[in-house]
Amino acid sequence: MSRILAASTAEFRIALRNRWVTIAVLMMALFSLVLAAAGSAPTGDVGADRLSVTVASLTSLAVYLVPLLALLMSFDAIAGEVERGTLPLVLTYPVSRAELLLGKFTAHLGILALAVIVGYGLAAAAAIATDARAIAGIPALVRLVWTSLLLGATFIAIGYAISALARRPGAAAGLAVLLWLVMIVLYDLGLLAAVVADGGGSFTTDVFPWLLLANPADAFRLFNLAASEATAAAAGISGAAGTIPTAHSLTSIALWPFAALGLALAAFRKVTP
Amino acid sequence: MQSLTLSTITKAFGAVRALTDVSFTVAPGERVALLGHNGAGKSTLMKIVLGLLRADRGQITVLGAVPGSNAARTGTAYLPENVAFHPSLTGLEQLRYYLRLRGETPAKAIDLLERVGLKDAARRRIGTYSKGMRQRVGLAQALIGTPRLLVLDEPTSGLDPVSRREFYTILEGLAADGVAILLSSHALTEVEAKTDRIVILRDGLLVADDTLANLRRKAALPIRLQVAARPGSADEVAKKLAGGRRNGVVVDLLCQHDDKLARLGDIAALGAMIEDVEILPPSLEDIYSHFSQRPAS
Repeated sequence: MSRILAASTAEFRIALRNRWVTIAVLMMALFSLVLAAAGSAPTGDVGADRLSVTVASLTSLAVYLVPLLALLMSFDAIAGEVERGTLPLVLTYPVSRAELLLGKFTAHLGILALAVIVGYGLAAAAAIATDARAIAGIPALVRLVWTSLLLGATFIAIGYAISALARRPGAAAGLAVLLWLVMIVLYDLGLLAAVVADGGGSFTTDVFPWLLLANPADAFRLFNLAASEATAAAAGISGAAGTIPTAHSLTSIALWPFAALGLALAAFRKVTP
Repeated sequence: MQSLTLSTITKAFGAVRALTDVSFTVAPGERVALLGHNGAGKSTLMKIVLGLLRADRGQITVLGAVPGSNAARTGTAYLPENVAFHPSLTGLEQLRYYLRLRGETPAKAIDLLERVGLKDAARRRIGTYSKGMRQRVGLAQALIGTPRLLVLDEPTSGLDPVSRREFYTILEGLAADGVAILLSSHALTEVEAKTDRIVILRDGLLVADDTLANLRRKAALPIRLQVAARPGSADEVAKKLAGGRRNGVVVDLLCQHDDKLARLGDIAALGAMIEDVEILPPSLEDIYSHFSQRPAS
């Protein structure tokens, strides 16, 4: 435990020096504030409180931004150590690869948590300041925070797996961007196209829901939108997914971090320093 | 019990045989130098000892345990060749990290840095350090806790002569305390008198494992006699002694150890033609070349 903490402290300090903490917090804060400002205009008469609407907008933002931020922080974690030549030495210490990986993981997740809480917090503060009823949206906000962290944890771990498999930071960065594009953008487009082509057949009813659940980003979106009362503000896939029970999407987002960490550890164990 | 025992260690990378049937031991308190050209297998051997690589064949015991096991890693300290650290951390932070990984109190970091002469730079980022300073950080981390086996891969590369001497003084103290030391180098001159035994690898084969004095005897390299002739008589001296002329006055002779006195007698017999005689025993570089160079086929 103390070794995990030691690795985590060192990793956090490095991220602080490299301005990653600042960049992550600024990025989340900026996007949240822009969304809060943009989202506030048309909602005056929707009926939902201002915060719930903001949470719905934040959800659609988080699906893109949280995985991106997570991958940006993690793609260098192992490949960078291999390239700098710092890995062989640390692996001769009485510390297991799992402990090293968990050390990095807690540091990166901590930074993400900081960014998410500051970002969402600013947006929430803006909503509450302008709408007294907005307090009603607090549970939705809290839910968004912890699910964002589960989503982020998944992609941080996936980033480690990529980093270990690629061995070189450049290749790892390329793979991370590709993965983000496929899992976050193209996956939904592909599913949408398949649903349209299927025209309400057995694919749409039997296979499609499971494919949505299989992707952590989609499961995250499903869970938050289904659990939120402001689904009206959301568009796209959520409509089609109204039938998926939240227990299913919750299971998916809760299991993904463990699966991804397992994958990352397996890949890291294959790295020969 | 030996601190380190290697027996018929063999390792190949694809078709390249990095190590073939290498066997030797290092006892507690013994300093063993591992010599060889680049690519002779020194680093591979060290990585196998550390458990970073697995040998294809052969047995190895590190402090009575399997290499890479927790017991072996706890008692072993390593200094890699061209040691690297994260450039964003300061020397102090880096050492505090390593101390905590070994379960030691991070407060010892500043003492360790002082011991290797880095106290003043402790709060500077390692990115600003010179190669020699990074090497000192590497040495400092190898001194953490009470290692019983030190594995040092070209530890003095990048160190100036004064720092080298300080470095070997530290090693001497550790060996006196019973720490087994395996260090690699590619210069025999450097490890002379600073190590107890020399192991030479050539193309992954162990070609020598002995003390320097014994290696010198085994190599049986010829002694060089440099005879300085009086001006004008060099040609005659060369002819009479059947030696080769080096320049205007010097005649070069090679002879085996046992012939030395007889040859000196020959030279003395020439009397007035000779101005001076210089006896040059085989240099350390000659001995090293003798063992480390591939026999001409």
